[in-house]
Amino acid sequence: MPQVADIIAEGKRLMSVCNACRYCEGYCAVFPAMERRLTFSDADMDYLANLCHNCAECYYACQYAPPHEFGVNVPKVLAEIRARSYEKNAWPRFWPVSATWAVMAGIIVTAALAGRRATTGADFYGVISHDVMVGAFAAVFAVIILVHAAGFLRFWRDSGEKLSEAFTPAVLLNALRDGLSLKNLDSHGAGCTYPDEHHSQARRWFHHLTFYGFLLCTASTSVAAFYHSVMGWSAPYPYFSLPVVLGTLGGAGLLAGPIGLYRLKQRRDTAIIDAKQDSMDVSFLMLLFLTGMTGLLLLGLRQTNAMGLLLRIHLGVVFGLCLTLPYGKFVHGIYRWAALLRSALETARSQH
Amino acid sequence: MAVVGGGNAGLCAALAARESGASVMVFECAPVEYRGGNSRHTRNMRCMHNAPTGVLTDAYTEKEYWEDLQRVTGGNTSEQLARLIIRGSVEITLWMRRYGVRFQPSLEGTLHLGRTNAFFLGGGKALMNAYYSAALKLGIGVLYNAEVEELHICDGKFKSGKMLLNGQPAEFRAKTLVVASGGFEANLEWLEKVWGEAARNFIIRGTPYNKGKILKVLLDHGAEPVGDPKQCHAVAIDGRAPKFDGGIVTRLDCVPLGIVVNRYAERFYDEGEDLWPKRYAIWGRLVAQQPDQIAYSIFDSKVIGRFMPSVFPPIAASSITELAAALGLPPEKLDSSVREFNQAVRPGRFDHQILDDCRTEGLNPPKSHWAQTIDRRPFYGFPLRPGITFTYLGVKVNERAEVQGLGRNTNIFAAGEIMAGNVLGRGYLAGFGMTIGSVFGRIAGREAARAAGC
Repeated sequence: MPQVADIIAEGKRLMSVCNACRYCEGYCAVFPAMERRLTFSDADMDYLANLCHNCAECYYACQYAPPHEFGVNVPKVLAEIRARSYEKNAWPRFWPVSATWAVMAGIIVTAALAGRRATTGADFYGVISHDVMVGAFAAVFAVIILVHAAGFLRFWRDSGEKLSEAFTPAVLLNALRDGLSLKNLDSHGAGCTYPDEHHSQARRWFHHLTFYGFLLCTASTSVAAFYHSVMGWSAPYPYFSLPVVLGTLGGAGLLAGPIGLYRLKQRRDTAIIDAKQDSMDVSFLMLLFLTGMTGLLLLGLRQTNAMGLLLRIHLGVVFGLCLTLPYGKFVHGIYRWAALLRSALETARSQH
Repeated sequence: MAVVGGGNAGLCAALAARESGASVMVFECAPVEYRGGNSRHTRNMRCMHNAPTGVLTDAYTEKEYWEDLQRVTGGNTSEQLARLIIRGSVEITLWMRRYGVRFQPSLEGTLHLGRTNAFFLGGGKALMNAYYSAALKLGIGVLYNAEVEELHICDGKFKSGKMLLNGQPAEFRAKTLVVASGGFEANLEWLEKVWGEAARNFIIRGTPYNKGKILKVLLDHGAEPVGDPKQCHAVAIDGRAPKFDGGIVTRLDCVPLGIVVNRYAERFYDEGEDLWPKRYAIWGRLVAQQPDQIAYSIFDSKVIGRFMPSVFPPIAASSITELAAALGLPPEKLDSSVREFNQAVRPGRFDHQILDDCRTEGLNPPKSHWAQTIDRRPFYGFPLRPGITFTYLGVKVNERAEVQGLGRNTNIFAAGEIMAGNVLGRGYLAGFGMTIGSVFGRIAGREAARAAGC
């Protein structure tokens, strides 16, 4: 296995070729960021690696791609550097959790919390009390937020930039827009070259389904918590109530998005990828899919006797997903957005 | 219909012929990874336009375009064909877009060619990928590793051809033929025949597949030659570049910012004669005329960051004598050359964007602009070698792209570098080669389809 230093050195070598060529400057944010530099520190490489969305347009357009003796393969090398940056910036250290173990642990925990209680009529809190459910998840969420905030800050500290400079409305807005629209997978409307050299919007749309599905599910849970604690309205909520509509749409997104991304992954060009990351990617997709599927099943069957079992399974899966969030594929979003923020800051600065 | 050569001109010809209804086979001698000839190293195309377009700023009129061409070629051009190409360049970007070619949005002010040249998004290889992808969809056949070596020509008419297909001899027939197989810049024996032993030290900037085989076959069959057979376009590039295919990244823009010496550590030409874009094309020849065809650009840390980075870092040292040792130059001589230069530098206000007033006095050869003392360590050096971009020799064509000299009713048409000498007999105009290839590729394809009865 190549050493970390070797991979970073290879990334720097590629940037010296790319910076002398610059034919790709019209593609994504990586190349303008590269052109703002003449030399590349390790932190610069982490930044560029996380700015790269692995779309591979630059690879297919590259006159120096293998078998050329310069052997330029930017998406693959940046993917390898990116994986190392997840480990390097993890706080307090990198503790990846296997998806299978996480789900099993999640189901054991929820089963233990639920005990042998059984109810009917979609009375979720009859199985696990509201306070226990909220307490358990609040604790997990606190850990997740703490770990990700620490990772973000470590990544940012490496950059040497001041966070206060990035937190201006214009810079934040641009970074949010680039992240939420996946502008760097759009390539001026043509889409990215994934899973093969032909342009397609498939990856961008399936990612949107997944990401916004995830957000809608989070929103659904938050609205339900608000209804319960502030408004005093008890679950179950009707099918056309806000939490159920949000959850249904979100659940549908978590079914369609991960399936689509997985299918694309099976067909992709293996020349541009870091295959070592596959298990992390697939675990995350599987957990998101299971979350959506068990959530929708629970909704559909909430009036039946299966509710008690389904609730234990769904909460177990969600708990398992949460266990993988601090050090799993979810972190790509944290560092990617930190990189987009830095890119937006640099762009704003160069326009002044 | 057969097309020999799978670069920009060949694919434009194939697509245009297919539009006319011809069935087309393209013979590309490179393997798929290296398809596209020198087009894969290109980046932009010079286009006439009377008003701003999405990809071009301001206007670039026929008159200005023609004047630019006359100036760089010193009149060594055909006005009739040149105007045909210039006018044809107006609508060419729209035609290209139809086949999936994408252009970089015009970046006001950041690229000095943004007014005259349309930039391919991702460069020439992305352009070629789009064309090949379109060709596949339209049912155009493409054979890779298909090196056409002989043509059977009878009374000026092409009958059949012989090739090596994956190394095995094979034959093909077609009603008409388009040759778009480039020049001979990668044919080391031919280069040596023209330039003698000096050619052994030339570096070929582009594809190793442009051997000029079909050019030679046509000339042997009586095709009328055009363009100076003893000239090539060459620039000074990094001496550490690979022998072939180094492309854009090995070019060096540091020459006007320092001094250039030969292997005896002697200066030999005014490095600051004119703005670099107007002078870089003469440095290939200048270096080729030096002993062992090598030279060294020497500068100091004052000018770092003032020129585009190139792929290999400069060789650095903390003194001139150490730098000389690292470059393999006589240390004392380099030291005295630099000292002599430094003493001749007159004070001025340095500005590398204009013809500034920093010059030498009493030095031979002088440095007319951007002369600054070389005295701030670390000191840097780049080895320079002549890098050939293309050759000028080609076959004469008429406005229908028919190869002249073969016979009255020939069915052989030419496009691209193999006929570029008709309009670019010498000199260089950035992005004009792609315009010639695109416009004449379309003409050749259309005419060859018509001659085939489509």
